[in-house]
Amino acid sequence: MKEFLEGSRAIADVVKLCKPGVISAYPITPQTHIVEDLASMVSDGHLNSQFVNVESEHSAASVVLGAVATGVRVYTATSSQGLLYMAEVLFNIAGMRLPVIMTCANRAISAPINIWNDQQDSVSMRDTGWIQLFAEDIQEAVDLHLIAYKLGEDRSVMLPVMVCMDGFILTHGIETVDMPNAEQVDKFLPPYAPLYKLDTANPMSLGLLADPDYYMETRYALQKTLEDTLTLIPKITSDFSKVFGRAYNGLVEEYQTKDADRVIIAMGSVCGTIKDVVDELRAKGKKVGLLKITSYRPFPAQAIYEALKNVSKIAVVDRAVSLGSYAPLYSEVKTAFCSKKKKPQTISSFIVGLGGRDITKNSIKEVFRLLTAKEIIGEFIDLKPELLKENYE
Amino acid sequence: MNNQLFFPGHTACAGCGQSLAARLVIEACGPNTIIANNTGCLEVFSTKYPETAWGVPWIHSLFENSAAVASGIEAALKFSGKKEGTNIICQGGDGSTADIGLQALSGMFERGHDILYICYDNEAYMNTGVQRSGLTPFNTNTTTSPIGAKSSGNIRPKKPMPEIANAHGISYVATASAGFPQDIQRKVKKAISLKGPKYIQIHAPCPLGWRYGMEITFQVAKLAVETGLYPLFEYEYGKLTSRQVQVKPVEEYLKLQGRFKHLLSIPEEVKKIQAIADYNIEKYNLKAKPVES
Amino acid sequence: MFGPLTSKPGTSRRNKTGSWRTELKPQFLQKNCTACKMCIGVCPEGCITGSEKNTFICDYSFCKGCGLCSIICPKKDIVMVAEDTVEANTKEKIKI
Repeated sequence: MKEFLEGSRAIADVVKLCKPGVISAYPITPQTHIVEDLASMVSDGHLNSQFVNVESEHSAASVVLGAVATGVRVYTATSSQGLLYMAEVLFNIAGMRLPVIMTCANRAISAPINIWNDQQDSVSMRDTGWIQLFAEDIQEAVDLHLIAYKLGEDRSVMLPVMVCMDGFILTHGIETVDMPNAEQVDKFLPPYAPLYKLDTANPMSLGLLADPDYYMETRYALQKTLEDTLTLIPKITSDFSKVFGRAYNGLVEEYQTKDADRVIIAMGSVCGTIKDVVDELRAKGKKVGLLKITSYRPFPAQAIYEALKNVSKIAVVDRAVSLGSYAPLYSEVKTAFCSKKKKPQTISSFIVGLGGRDITKNSIKEVFRLLTAKEIIGEFIDLKPELLKENYE
Repeated sequence: MNNQLFFPGHTACAGCGQSLAARLVIEACGPNTIIANNTGCLEVFSTKYPETAWGVPWIHSLFENSAAVASGIEAALKFSGKKEGTNIICQGGDGSTADIGLQALSGMFERGHDILYICYDNEAYMNTGVQRSGLTPFNTNTTTSPIGAKSSGNIRPKKPMPEIANAHGISYVATASAGFPQDIQRKVKKAISLKGPKYIQIHAPCPLGWRYGMEITFQVAKLAVETGLYPLFEYEYGKLTSRQVQVKPVEEYLKLQGRFKHLLSIPEEVKKIQAIADYNIEKYNLKAKPVES
Repeated sequence: MFGPLTSKPGTSRRNKTGSWRTELKPQFLQKNCTACKMCIGVCPEGCITGSEKNTFICDYSFCKGCGLCSIICPKKDIVMVAEDTVEANTKEKIKI
């Protein structure tokens, strides 16, 4: 049913329909409304969950780890500093193959402290073994949570999933969303059936010490499983569309890329702005397009290659940095084409919107303008040079 | 013997006070127990893949978070309606409890989870090589508070962890010692009969880290209690009961251990340790009436 | 695909820590034993078994020779003897 509601509220509503048994989170802007709404549902008796108010994000992640290890579906949410604080727990959860579902309300990382949107937080956690899905708008954010539960809890997968939605832009934005109902969710999402759990009827030990004779295979297994999910994700989105009527590829979305001469690759809400610019420029006869990345982990290298192998110029727009090296999304896109016979003439790298700096249609037009045969690496868009004159002598 | 709760074949040092205490704890708790364990000696020696010494469900996550992991286990069991009759215990060393894990522990206490937290206090970060922790006693020679020309060892007294636990208003706090095995089991059984968070701190002599011959483990543990340096007491809903002892001077305890040997030639430092013991004797009313000879 | 992650109860028994002993092993005299079970209570390996008086013995495939049983026995019915003592060897492990 179509509703006009705040992004955070939409997420809380869809999580409620997924019926997690244990919810635990620590407040951090801009995730707060999601957990406040869930707390409200629990206290009103609309959601039968154990809501555990913890004293830190490290403990929030640890609580859901313990709960999902005991065989119960869980949920948590965080941003920025909170995600970084729980970083070691993220590796731990993935390493123990426990399907925790988390919303990351993407926010910039301190220092300096900044509560506005960019993707440095989740991108800096790309090595943890979590599946990472990025939402363009609130509808997609809602749908990706349902897909996340089905995917992470799949018995051949058993991996945690991070649904990333741009902080404030999507969490506090208000859009029309076609909200699923309980019957649809129950049809799509079966109850959580763990592979192993802490159970006095069937004792086992979990989290053992693995010395050099044993450790490497756990990492290989994680890598292989993540690769296998590249085939599973489109199957799950196909099941999704049969129940909910909305079609997603799940890995990437091609927007006017078929005959495009210049294409931007990006993740998150900036894709909405890019689509508007593409429409505008197409109306003027420019052959431009967008390839949206939905699944960042596992990285859909083959899907990117297949979509863009005939495109001559690609601009990768990163809403994050990898300080001291190439921008993260750019370096992976470049690698995807590296050994291929068919590759673009140019792959250029642009960094936008850090710390919540607004990305306007003009910003995107600037990217298209700069996307020529001449390769550009790591250009910051909408930078203010006057601020770089600060002198601390 | 397939229904043992703590199997042999674990790789604890011979005569390890912590391995003895851990076996006593889980046998007192019984098979309907789930354990969340911090990183440390106990976790490492009991679960080296592919072997585990545990006969109950057991999980190890990280160094500092067993209290939070256990909170999640408890929440899951409550959600599933399976909490009744199942004990949830946390296990950690002194470092993982009083230092890096204090935050998660305090949060668990404050939220009132029905969890028994056991701290095995061997008075240093033993698993990583005898480094000083917040529960390392004053003047102890450890690798990060080593004795030298300018130092007689650790310059700080023990963090009063049982008092900190009791300050949270939880139902039961106790200290115990590997030198008193039946007392450990009595206290564990009492704790699991009460609701809410409970804390038991067990003095666990470490032959390697304290540098004494493993055959005198009991003697060392008993003297810690009898000198007043490791008082045995219980707080049940804040009400204190102590185990009274025939008090002995601290030298008798210090001289048996390599980690304190340097003090025997520095009487002023021994006096300071005696002052700590005297403080405990006074505070916890430890002095028993003299035995009729 | 998962890899090595969990372990079942009893698997530590594959590791025969009795091989650690170099000097001494406990000899259970089984003469003055009162079945107080203190030895069972203090063994860190949990490898001592027994029920009636004078039936107590340890599993030498796990015994590390720490001597705590010998110290705690109120009847001094457990003595630490040299590893290769013939007498000790006649009271070998029982099947558990």
